Amino acid sequence: FPGLCDSCRMELFFNPFDNLVCILLGISFTVWFTLLLVFIIVPAIFGVSFGIRRLYMKTLLKVFEWATLRIERGAKEKNHLLYKPYSNAIIAKEPTSLEEEIKEIRRSGSNKDLDSATEFELSDIFYFARRGVESIMDDEVTKRFTAEELKSWNLLTRSNYNFHYISLRLTVLWGLGLLIRYGFLLPLRVTLAFTGVGLLVFLTSVVGLLPNGRMKNFLSEKVHLMCYRICVRALTAIITYHDSENKPKNGGICVANHTSPIDVIILASDGCYAMVGQIHGGLMGVIQRSMVKACPHIWFERSEVKDRHLVAKRLSDHVEDKSKLPILIFPEGTCINNTSVMMFKKGSFEIGATVYPVAIKYDPRFGDAFWNSSKFGMVNYLLRMMSSWAIVCSVWYLPPMSREEGEDAVQFANRVKAAIARQGGLVDLLWDGGLKRAKVKDTFKEEQQKLYSKMLVGTQEDRSRS
Amino acid sequence: MGSRASRLLREEEIEEIKKETGFSHSQITRLYSRFTSLDKGENGTLSREDFQRIPELAINPLGDRIINAFFPEGYFVLVIFREDQVNFRGFMRTLAHFRPIEDNEKNKNPATEPLNSRTNKLLFAFRLYDLDRDDKISRDELLQVLRMMVGVNISDEQLGSIADRTIQEADTNGDSCISFNEFIKVLEKVDVEQKMSIRFLH
Repeated sequence: FPGLCDSCRMELFFNPFDNLVCILLGISFTVWFTLLLVFIIVPAIFGVSFGIRRLYMKTLLKVFEWATLRIERGAKEKNHLLYKPYSNAIIAKEPTSLEEEIKEIRRSGSNKDLDSATEFELSDIFYFARRGVESIMDDEVTKRFTAEELKSWNLLTRSNYNFHYISLRLTVLWGLGLLIRYGFLLPLRVTLAFTGVGLLVFLTSVVGLLPNGRMKNFLSEKVHLMCYRICVRALTAIITYHDSENKPKNGGICVANHTSPIDVIILASDGCYAMVGQIHGGLMGVIQRSMVKACPHIWFERSEVKDRHLVAKRLSDHVEDKSKLPILIFPEGTCINNTSVMMFKKGSFEIGATVYPVAIKYDPRFGDAFWNSSKFGMVNYLLRMMSSWAIVCSVWYLPPMSREEGEDAVQFANRVKAAIARQGGLVDLLWDGGLKRAKVKDTFKEEQQKLYSKMLVGTQEDRSRS
Repeated sequence: MGSRASRLLREEEIEEIKKETGFSHSQITRLYSRFTSLDKGENGTLSREDFQRIPELAINPLGDRIINAFFPEGYFVLVIFREDQVNFRGFMRTLAHFRPIEDNEKNKNPATEPLNSRTNKLLFAFRLYDLDRDDKISRDELLQVLRMMVGVNISDEQLGSIADRTIQEADTNGDSCISFNEFIKVLEKVDVEQKMSIRFLH
C-alpha cells in the first residue's frame, strides 16, 4: 500500500478482526479434534459405543417418513400416479414344467387321447414364446446387479424417482441434508478413514517387527480390531450382530454373501480373520503387504489365482494349522445387490474344513451399500458411501456346518447358501453371479432341448414298450 | 439426476401408449423402468445384445426368434444400414400381444383389432415360424424351428418326417406350405387366450 502513511499500514496489518478469525479457527480446530478423539477414536480402541449412531438412525427414519408423505401428497394434488417400486415380481409366473405346460396346451387343442403318440404340435411354440416374453418383462438375474429400489425416499437425489413432486419445504430439507452430508459428514468421515488406514499400516508394520509368539498374536489382534472399528465409524456403519456364540473359530472357513467391499470391514471389526485375495498394486497393495507382517493372511499373485490346485493347497494348509485365524471367503465371487444369494463357487467347500456361514443384510434406507462395479469405480463408490446417511446392517452368525456323508461339494455349497438366504431374508438363486459380465453357458439351453425332444420322440424304453 | 433414466416418460406419451396397447398407467411405468434397466447404452433404444444379456432368454431355444419379433420389418433402402434398435413404443407394441384379453374389450371396436386379440396372438406365433415373412411356413422354415427346439437330440430323418406329417395335417390347399389361415384352422380349439397371455400382479 504505497500511498498510505506508516501508521495506517500498521493498523491494517494488526487488524483486530483478523486476530479474532485466527483465534476462532484455532479454537474450532482444537474442539473438533478433541471431539473426534473422545467420541470416536477412544471408543473404537476399547470397542464401546455411546449410542449416538442409533439415535441418529431413529431421527433419520422419522424424517424420511415425513418426506415420503409429502411426496405422496404432492402427487395427489397434481392428480398423478406415483411410481411405486416393487421388489417382488411384477408378473405372475407359473412354476409348471416344460412337459406339463406343453401337454396342457395340446390337451386344450385336440380331442385325441393323450396316450396316443402325439409327436409335434404347431401349438408347442406357445410355451417357448410365452416363457421368452416373460423373461423380457421380468427376469430373476439381471435385476440383482443394480441397486435395489426403495419404497420411501431417503433425501438422496440418487434414489429419487418422483422428483417433480417435491414441494418447497421438502427441497429445503433436501438442501439441508446435502449441506450436512457433504459439508460435515463427508470431511469427518474422510479424516477418520485416513486415520484408520494409516494406523493400520503403521501399527501392523510395528507389530511385524516382533518375534512370532503369543505377544505378537495378541497385539496383532488388538491392532486389527481397533483400526477396523475406526473404519466402521468412518462409514457411520450401525451394525447389529446376532448369535455371536457361533463366531468362527480357528481352523474354520467363514463364508458370507457379498454385497460390497465394506463386508470385510463389517466382519473384521467384530472378529479376527485371515483374508484371502489377489494382491493389488497401489494403496491396496501397501495395506495388504503390511497386514501380512502382523498375522498370516493369504494373498495370491495374479498368476497364481488361475491355478485351482495351488489355491486349494494353500487354503487347506492354512486351515490345518489350528493356531492360524479362520479364513474369510465370499464364495459368490462378485458383488450382488443384497436381494438374493447367487451360486456359491465350490472351491472353498471342497477343502473339508468346518464352514461357519454368516448372513449380512443391509438396510437400504440409509444408504445403498451395493457396489455396481460396472458403473462406479472404487473411489467413486467410497465417496458415495461416505456421503450417504449411514450404512445400517445386520449380521447373523449361523451355526457351523460340515460336509455330510454322500454329499459332494456342490450340494454342500447349496445347503450353506440356502441357510444364509433363509436367515437374511434373501432369494436363493441357482444362477451364477458371474453372469454379471459373462454369457450364460449353453448347457442350460441344451437341457431344455433335451426335455422337449423327449416329448416328441420319447426315450428308447418308451418306444420299446409301446 | 442420479441413476434413473436419462429421460422420464411424459404423461402424454403414457396416454398414447395406453390407447395403443391397452396397458394401464402403472404397468406402463413399470415396463418403462424395465426398458431403461435393459438399455445399457442409455440411448433410449434396445439392441439385440441388450436382449441377449437376459440369461433366461439366452437359454430359451427360440430366444433369437423371439428377439427378432421386436425389431421392425426390414424395409431398408440401403442394405448396409439396418435399424437394429427398438424404442420404447416398439417395445410396448410387441409386448402388448401378450396382454390378457378382457371381456369388456371383445366387442369394443371391430374395425381396429386390439394388439392382444386372438388373431394377433396367433400372428405372433406364426411369425416365429415364418422367418422370411412371406406369410407361408415352408417345410424348410418348419425344419429350422424344429431344429432350434430339439437341438442335437433328434436325427434329420426323424425331424423331416415330423415336419412332413405336420404340413400334411395342416395344408388344405395343397401347396405344401402352411398359410396363416390354415394355421388358424389347425389351432382353432387351442386356448390361445390363456396360453399366450401374461398376467400382471398389480
